[in-house]
Amino acid sequence: MKHWWKFVAVLFVLYAIIAGFLMDVPALPILHETIRNLYFHVTMWMAMMVLMTISLIYSIRHLSGFKNEHDIVASEAANTGLLFGFMGLVTGMIWARFTWGTWWVADPKLNGAAITILIYLAYVVLRNSIDEEQKRAKVSAVYNIFSYIMLLVFLLVLPRMTDSLHPGNGGNPAFSTYDLDNNMRMVFYPAVIGWTLLGVWMMTLKIRIKKIKLKKGL
Amino acid sequence: MLNELKNLISKEILLEWRQKYSFGGILLYVVSTVFVCFLSFKKIVDVPTWNALFWIIILFASVSAVAKSFIQESRGRLLYYYTIASPQSIILSKIIYNSFLVCFLSVLSLGVYSVMIGNPVQNLSMFFLTIILGSLGLSSVLTLVSAIASKAANNLTLMSVLSFPVIIPLLIILIKLSKNSIDGIGWSVNYRYFISLFSLDMIVIILAFLLFPYLWRD
Repeated sequence: MKHWWKFVAVLFVLYAIIAGFLMDVPALPILHETIRNLYFHVTMWMAMMVLMTISLIYSIRHLSGFKNEHDIVASEAANTGLLFGFMGLVTGMIWARFTWGTWWVADPKLNGAAITILIYLAYVVLRNSIDEEQKRAKVSAVYNIFSYIMLLVFLLVLPRMTDSLHPGNGGNPAFSTYDLDNNMRMVFYPAVIGWTLLGVWMMTLKIRIKKIKLKKGL
Repeated sequence: MLNELKNLISKEILLEWRQKYSFGGILLYVVSTVFVCFLSFKKIVDVPTWNALFWIIILFASVSAVAKSFIQESRGRLLYYYTIASPQSIILSKIIYNSFLVCFLSVLSLGVYSVMIGNPVQNLSMFFLTIILGSLGLSSVLTLVSAIASKAANNLTLMSVLSFPVIIPLLIILIKLSKNSIDGIGWSVNYRYFISLFSLDMIVIILAFLLFPYLWRD
């Protein structure tokens, strides 16, 4: 069973969808039933961060050995991560519409999400604007490392400097209140693992497609 | 290394002196932008508007000032640098030179600003410290990004696409700090912002120092 983790991914995601919509959730003010979005919105961001970290690691590995394979992994991980980022953005906007009343507010967490998307779109643009393969791999690896670290600064340090509407900041209901409810934890953790594994699976498929294309000279 | 740095910086100054038109162009850019703002705003009473406008002008002026540091280097001159200097001293000399340039531009635009639009800054020494640390950060991010963008086609557009999302953390701290110094808030509140600004500058410089050698030769 080489591919057991793919079964785990499918099972956990199915479980997260079914249990996420059917199981009891605590009745919290403002959030009400929208709390179920936790299983989708938060998990998207976690899967995205895992994929972006894979991309970072392979960029560093590329700079230390200049292997073409590492560059393919780095770029496809970033592409898949972008997809998850978009889905996190959309689910977050829907959630914000029903709890805060608007699609978008000026908030450190939301701005951080937008900047993440912008940075990786810039990464894609950079990759597309260099034709020569080795040069593209090297230059985009440098930008990937640089922007990832600046992104970490933005996501980890700056939200602590200002107040935020987002859960986890400024006295809003956060994980600590969710954690009180063991039912939700039973769905949330498998959901994180399932979506992340699904993301990794998508990434490996994309890498294989890319390699076949390279081999056939497409 | 120190000797090399000194020579490279004096070379930058000499080159700038020989190509006075580009330096004059940037000066004129700052002055005319402030003049356009003066004509459209007449008098800015609102402090946040004054502040945001000031930093946006500096951001755009420094993007166009720093962009040329790698993009406009001719191929022959780059080949010459390969033979005489290490990449580390090249990037450090460019960062030092560019931060003086951006610092000069910021002070100039503060001058033109106070003549035309008015100068509400209450704690000038703190404002100047903000400008100095800010120029260091802005110029080091922009110098590295200009080195990245110079490898790609269509590089002037790419310069702003790549640098803006990365520069936002820096800009947020800068705007916060300069807002505080306009309002005359004391050192006891602001020292932690200065510490985070300084450490962000150091992170960027260290990253540039580590990553630039990979961009240097291809």
